[in-house]
Amino acid sequence: MSAATPFALLSNATGLPWTAVPEWPVEDFVRTTAGELSRGARLCAWFGVPEGRALRLVAVLAFDADNALGVARSEPFVDGYPALTPAHTQAHLFEREVWEQHGVVPAGHPWLKPVRRPNEAGNAPANGEFFRVEGSEIHEVAVGPVHAGIIEPGHFRFQCAGEEVLHLEIALGYQHRGIEEALAVGPHRATMAQMETVAGDTTIAHATAHATVMEALAGTEAPLRAQWLRVIALELERLANHTGDIGALAGDVAFLPTQSACGKIRGDYLNLTALLCGNRFGRGLVRPGGCRHDLEASRAHQLAERLAAALADTEQAVAWFWDAASVRARFENVGVVFPQQAAEIGLVGPAARACGLVRDVRYDHPAGWHRFAQAPVAVWPGGDVFARARIRSLEIQRSGALLREQLALPPDGPTREELPPPAPETLAVALVEGWRGEVCHVALTDAAGRFRRYKIVDPSFHNWTGLALALRGTAISDFPICNKSFNLSYCGFDL
Amino acid sequence: MFVLDTLRHRLRRGCETMAFPDGPPPALPDRHGGALRVDAQKCDAGCSACVSVCPTGAIARPASEPVALDLGRCIFCSACVEICPTRAITHTGDHRMAVRRREDLLLGGKEGETVRLAAALDEQLRRLFGRSLKLRQVSAGGCNACEADTNVLGTIGWDLGRFGIQFVASPRHADGLLITGPVTRGMELALRKTYDAVAEPRIVIAVGACAIAGGPFVGHPQHHQGASAVVPVDLFIPGCPPHPLTILDGLLRLLGQLDPSRGR
Repeated sequence: MSAATPFALLSNATGLPWTAVPEWPVEDFVRTTAGELSRGARLCAWFGVPEGRALRLVAVLAFDADNALGVARSEPFVDGYPALTPAHTQAHLFEREVWEQHGVVPAGHPWLKPVRRPNEAGNAPANGEFFRVEGSEIHEVAVGPVHAGIIEPGHFRFQCAGEEVLHLEIALGYQHRGIEEALAVGPHRATMAQMETVAGDTTIAHATAHATVMEALAGTEAPLRAQWLRVIALELERLANHTGDIGALAGDVAFLPTQSACGKIRGDYLNLTALLCGNRFGRGLVRPGGCRHDLEASRAHQLAERLAAALADTEQAVAWFWDAASVRARFENVGVVFPQQAAEIGLVGPAARACGLVRDVRYDHPAGWHRFAQAPVAVWPGGDVFARARIRSLEIQRSGALLREQLALPPDGPTREELPPPAPETLAVALVEGWRGEVCHVALTDAAGRFRRYKIVDPSFHNWTGLALALRGTAISDFPICNKSFNLSYCGFDL
Repeated sequence: MFVLDTLRHRLRRGCETMAFPDGPPPALPDRHGGALRVDAQKCDAGCSACVSVCPTGAIARPASEPVALDLGRCIFCSACVEICPTRAITHTGDHRMAVRRREDLLLGGKEGETVRLAAALDEQLRRLFGRSLKLRQVSAGGCNACEADTNVLGTIGWDLGRFGIQFVASPRHADGLLITGPVTRGMELALRKTYDAVAEPRIVIAVGACAIAGGPFVGHPQHHQGASAVVPVDLFIPGCPPHPLTILDGLLRLLGQLDPSRGR
């Protein structure tokens, strides 16, 4: 399929000269992109690059079956262009974002409203009008931005008929910290720290994506031992978060043994990351050109022993959970996303794999150490809360097995090398399979090799729509378990 | 049979809650480093190597003055410790760093080499909150790391409930707020409303570099550079994120549940 594409092809974690990116008039660009999406490509990123007073659009596609990425751009244009969304729903938030950031109107977009822009008073997001279901039996429920637990802010607007949710609209933007804006003419001194906090529970994935982009721009890659260390840290991050999610799901159906055990074991995994780099979330480990810390033999041995204990504890706690008919019954057929919907809205990560889609960057677009070490992709049909929980417990097993295998086979060599300066006028793409799914970083440099545009796509940007769809026809009282089963990032979306 | 299985598990594991504060605190990871110490008189004349590597601009050295480090702005990346040629900035390994006043986080200069740890609430507030403190958590641009390591205090290993501290689901049930994040413009109104909804007397705790001074995002116009710009703050807990032990220490210090005469 990708062989016949007019898009410029590249592998994950590589770059190409900006002039080598094919360009077409914007109408042709939208039509060609739509054609590729119709043939099964996936939209990884869609963003604007200002050119004087005009704008170019850039599309980054994934041809998963061909292990290839494709990139193309439009010629500069002003005012507007025919929207991609009516044909391909997965573009809907990207087009809203481009409209918000650059003012160009995607003509025909069915729901054009702000993504994260503040209101006129500047003290809350400009949420715009919410979709309303009319009728004497209909009632509306508004939740947030501040939620009941220790959790990030976002606003949920439910249209309900009795208990049943007819429609959920999710309005975010409360967490916007201006990360992409700050990257202009970067990288700056604070850039690495900001990449580590795009979504703080996904520090390793975002830091690895950024470091990989910098290495691709420099035309090199990190030393093998650093790539290996990044995979160790990435899988520890996945273990910690998946275990925490299983515990939280158990808590939401009042299954306390698994909740309390997983709460503690999650901390055990975080402490293993801290053993590696001092910080429980992996701050300060990944740097462009390598890693700042090594895992020397004695430390690796300690890590392997503590990991084995934590994995055994997890297995037991998760087994209680799956053995209980009350838990299974509570999760089955709740919050269903159908495979076709999942493909249409471009779901990624465990949420997509729980709909039976085989979609995992580690497998489809292996880069770094994943070229040499792979975990089998965990897939489960069903698309319900049960499937999303099931994927997590399968991935815990597979990440555990991968770590055990890799800790026994460390590559030799340095952990960090001096990085050559980034190439000018170059576009580089890095995808990393974070624990929520595909983390995508795209950098475009100017004539001096500084960032002309830097685009970050957190997996949550694709997946919030999945949560909204999962709620349709579901009782509103099931919102907590549906929400936990996705456990998406607010700040990763808001940037 | 999960019932028998869980019972057996519980008996085998015993109590998993740490002995701290009655016993010793759990050790920080060896690469963590803990709070920083600044011995400004060790600085070489004219050296400002640390100033130029600090990602958040937490270190200043005005001409002919000693170096000054703001631990509230610090994200504990250790770049300054690694580059300092005279070991003027060092790790202490100490998990304790919560303070009551913003200026108590300024190290070096005339201020002092280390943080001036928080004093307990006054007698009246301690009588009210000392044995029961209900907090409402507001994430206002937090990245979910400070949130996660606050959340972990509720797990069986830390068991925050044994100190009478609990996170509640409404500001009407709360004695105070625990704020994370730099306070984005998007959260300003929500934070003000939440604060107003807490009955007086109320306390505010800022957790993490973002909530104290903007953290890695310091200087961005999309936020308020910390909670103090929007509400008065009673306790500052530095870190990116603070280790759970640092947060617990701050909460207990505020409530007067740690005895300084026993070296805590």
